[in-house]
Formats: sequence, structure tokens, C-alpha cells
Amino acid sequence: MKNSYLIETHDLVKTYSLGESSIIALNKVSLNFENAEFTGLVGPSGSGKTTLLNVIGSLDSPTSGSAVVRGRKVEDLSHKEAAALRNHHIGFIFQTFNLLPVYTVFENVEFPLLLLDHSPGERRKMTMDALDWVGLADRAKSKPAQLSGGQSQRVAIARAVAKKPALILADEPTANLDAENSHHILRTMERLNKDLGTTFIFATHDEKVIAYLRRKITLVDGAVAKDEHLESRGPAGEPR
Amino acid sequence: MIIPKLALRNILGAGLRTWLNVVVLSFAFVAIIWTQGLYEGMNDQVERASVDAALGGGQYWQENYDPFDVLSLEDAHAIVPDSLRAMIDAGAATAILAVQGTLYPKGRIQPVLIKGIDPDQALLSLPTGFLKTGEDRFPALIGSRMARSTGLQVGDTVILRWRDAKGTFDARDVEIVQVMKTVVQSIDQGQVWIPLDRLRDLAGMEGEASLVVVAQGTLERPPAPGWVFRDLDFLLSDIKQLVQMKSAGATILYAVLILLAMLAIFDTQVLSIFRRKKEMGTLMAMGFTRGRVIRLFTLEGALHGVLAAIVAALYGIPLLTWYAGQGWALPAGMDSYGFAIGEKLFPVYSAGLVAGTTLLVLGITTIVSFLPTRKIAKLKPTEALRGRVS
Repeated sequence: MKNSYLIETHDLVKTYSLGESSIIALNKVSLNFENAEFTGLVGPSGSGKTTLLNVIGSLDSPTSGSAVVRGRKVEDLSHKEAAALRNHHIGFIFQTFNLLPVYTVFENVEFPLLLLDHSPGERRKMTMDALDWVGLADRAKSKPAQLSGGQSQRVAIARAVAKKPALILADEPTANLDAENSHHILRTMERLNKDLGTTFIFATHDEKVIAYLRRKITLVDGAVAKDEHLESRGPAGEPR
Repeated sequence: MIIPKLALRNILGAGLRTWLNVVVLSFAFVAIIWTQGLYEGMNDQVERASVDAALGGGQYWQENYDPFDVLSLEDAHAIVPDSLRAMIDAGAATAILAVQGTLYPKGRIQPVLIKGIDPDQALLSLPTGFLKTGEDRFPALIGSRMARSTGLQVGDTVILRWRDAKGTFDARDVEIVQVMKTVVQSIDQGQVWIPLDRLRDLAGMEGEASLVVVAQGTLERPPAPGWVFRDLDFLLSDIKQLVQMKSAGATILYAVLILLAMLAIFDTQVLSIFRRKKEMGTLMAMGFTRGRVIRLFTLEGALHGVLAAIVAALYGIPLLTWYAGQGWALPAGMDSYGFAIGEKLFPVYSAGLVAGTTLLVLGITTIVSFLPTRKIAKLKPTEALRGRVS
């Protein structure tokens, strides 16, 4: 049943050269992720969380080992193939939101759809659906500068989910948000995970995020130290 | 079609930053066309003035005539052949006789070229009508430069001496009847114009001439034994060489202006692209290929050029059209510049100049947008997202 996994990594190694020495960011990481997981990569800074997300997201290639996403080996993909994989199947949520400042909220969310073969009418519907999911349909005409941090991150989520990708990778999505906004965002993502069956993988060391996870993978010095399946507890620490 | 749409959306969305760049670039457009228009106007004016006042539609030279060799002037005259006489009678040509002479203004000796011309001619833009006086006067016409160097004014009488066909020296008092203001130095400096018949009579060269100027637009070129026809290409060759020489300076100015335009857009693009590294990384994360990123940012730069051309046209066309009508009043002493320009310089904006400048600026804008974009687009998406340049 090997092919049923959305993502598989085998002995994944990623090293960065720093002058004459090199840093091992990932050290023989072997993990499998199924569809509709709500998983977090946790660990201290420099433990390899973001690097693993980048490799899975085909933004970076491994030094050795293998990462297979939807049956495609990331290390074998050309630039164009990697771009196509990201375009069709992967959504990204960044710590700093990375919204395009000159576009409106609507245009930001619509942006990834422009690269896909959707008619303008379909694009509009998908964009407004995504904004509805995150509760920002009424801010469609606003510019990112007019939004709060929490609203900006919700726009980033809408942008990531608008094309209904199989996988969303979120790198420290709550790092710049207060507690209330963090829970709002997390509840939105949890709902999308359940409604759409989208797999979410977080890189985080935020306890608020960890409270929502159904699987927690702890990385230490680039290696998997612990892989736990949890019962999601929600914002108050109570089981949900 | 997505790239042009996004590029347009990006530059319009950038608001004031875009319009500042566009306005600065449009200044470069207008400045380049303005300065080049002045040079083209100057070249055009120099040629036109020389043709109107001295060269006509070409000249028949007596075979020994060489305006640059005063020593051969003594032999450079002959009876005007019948074929040319017929043209002169028909008003399609006018004869000029050139004789070496000496002027004695205020006790000084000044070698001059005495030129006899028909006072009734209307073919050259010389005020020869002033030479139509009674037999009791001996009228002479000089140019303003000549007047300045000799200190002569209208109404002054001065001794003019010449050597006739038989080698005998003779002299008369001539009266300066007019000081003509001309921009063409070759009919002014060191020259005294007197009626053709008087010169022929005094020099013993009845029916003779040194050159015959043909009217502009006359296509007739009758054969004239002992005379050589010089067309405008030949007659203007010196001026054209001079213009070419001066054009080198214009080319440097043109290059500097182009360079400024290029630097403006290059700086803008480099700054903008460095500021937008993270945006590039985001685009890549969303599925943009490197090629698409390069095309998008390069097109953005090129669109600055297109918008600048439109803005330049909006204020440049009325401004430059008005200026072409008004002309540029040249400061006194501009004669020393070397050739005929006139009191006002009227710029000429040819279609070639406007189209060439537009294409050149657009091409350069595109190239200088492409270069920094290509560098950034070579980054890994992860590096671009971190905002780091390797």
C-alpha cells in the first residue's frame, strides 16, 4: 500500500555548505504522510522543520535520499515540473503572509488560479468561496496594508486553499499573531482540513498550534526524535 | 496573456512609484528628441541657407575656376556659352564673375574677391537690388562680417583696386550701398559685390563669367564646353563634412542622455527587484517558473518605457511642435560656430528621429530590466523567500 501515501520520504538528507564546513539540516528523515492529515513538525530552531517543508514543497531538493509527493520524486523534478507540482497540488502559508502588496485581497487570492485553466467566472467563484471560508468576503476589495495581521494570514490561507490543493504547507503560520487571531486561524484551517480533506503540515514551535495537531513529529538536529499521533485538544487544552 | 495582464496590474498597482519613474523617463525621451531635433534643424538650416544664398540648384564652373585657389582666379573666366546664356535669359540661371582685388578701407589694405552679379537676379537670396543705381555712382554690396572687419558702413566710399584682363591695375571709389546680413560666410567675408556689367566693363571681360548659378529645381543641364557642372552633392560636401564632425558631439550628447535614461530605469529595476525578492519567491512558491518570473519583471520594466513614451507624447508633442515654430534665438557671436545657422535655430523632428529614439529607449529599457531580473530568478525559491541574494 506504499502508493496510498500522499508524501513519503526515505533517508532524506539535506546539507548546506558554510565555507569549508557543512551543516546537516536533515539527517536521514524517513516519514510517510497520508491524505487529510493535520500534522505538525515541531522542534527547536535549526532542527530542520522549515527545510523539510521546503523539500516536501519542491522548493528545495534533497542532498540525498528521496522525497515523493503525489507519486513524483521531488529530486528528479525539473524547475518547470516542480513549479507545476506546486501550482496544482501544493499551497503555502508563510509566517510573514507574503501577500502581494499592490493587489487587492481578491486579486491575491485569485492569483494562483490565474496559472490554472479556469474561466474568469470559475476563478471568481473559487476566490469568493475561499474568502467565505476564511470570513473575509467583505474585505475583497481591500489592500493588504489595510488588514490586521490576523486578517492578512486569513487571506494567505484563502490564497493557499482557493485552488483546493491536496497539501498545504504552513511555516510558523501563527508566529506573528496574537492568541485570539492564532486560534481563529487554526480553527479555520482545522475546518478546511475536515471539510475539504486537505492535508496540512505545519512547521511550528507554538504551543497553540500543537494543541490542534493530530500528529506531532519532533525533529532534533535534523532527525526524527519522536512521531506521535495525538488526540486534538483545542484551544483550552481540552479534548475536542 | 497572463504575463502582460499581471505586469500591467503590477505597475499600475505600484502607483506613485511607477508614475515617478515614468515621468523621469519621459523627460529623457523628450530631452533626447529635443536635442537631436536641434541638431537636425541646424544641419537642415545650414544646407538651406547655403543653397538659397549661394549655391542655387548647382553651378557651372569655368574649367579653371576653383574657389579655394586664389592664384588660379586670374584665368578662371570665359565667355558664357550660348547654352548657359539661354538659361540666364530665361531666368533659370545667373552669372557671377570673380576677380581678385584690393580694398583700402581707412588707409588699410584689404585683399578682397570682387564678384559681379546681375542686380536684377532673383535666383539667389542676395539683396542685389541695392546695386541698381545711376551711372554716376559705383555701388558695392558687402556682408555684415566684411563691414565689421573693414569698419565700413552704408554710405561710405572706399577705394577698390583690381587687375583687368590685360594685367593692368585700375582703381575706383566705390560706395557701400548696403550691408547685407547673411548667415552664409562664403558670400560675405572678404567679398565685395558689384554690378556684373560694371565689373565686366572695368576688367575688360565682356560677356564673361567665372561661374553660372542654376536656379533651384531646374533639371536642365545643357552641355557647356569649357565649363563643368557642380551639383549640390559636390557643393555641399564641405558643409556636410563639417556637420558630420559636429555630429560627433551630438552623438556623445545623445549617448549621455540615453545612458541617463538607462541608468534611471536600471536603478529603478534593481532597487525594485531587490525589494521584491520575497515576492519573487512567493510567485515561485505559487507555481511560477523562472521563465515566467523573468518575463513578468522584464515586461514590467519595458512597460515603464511604453508608458513613458505615451506620457512624453502627451506633453512632448505640443511642446516640441510649439518650439519648432518659435525657434531658438541664437546668441550674438554664434557665427563663430563655423557655419550658417541664422538668428534663430528651428529644430526639425523627423519621423526617423522620433521612431528611432522611441525604439532605442524601449529596447534599452527592456534589456536593463531583464539583466537584474535574470540574476534574481536564478535564485532557489527558498533563497528568494528569505530575501537573500547569492
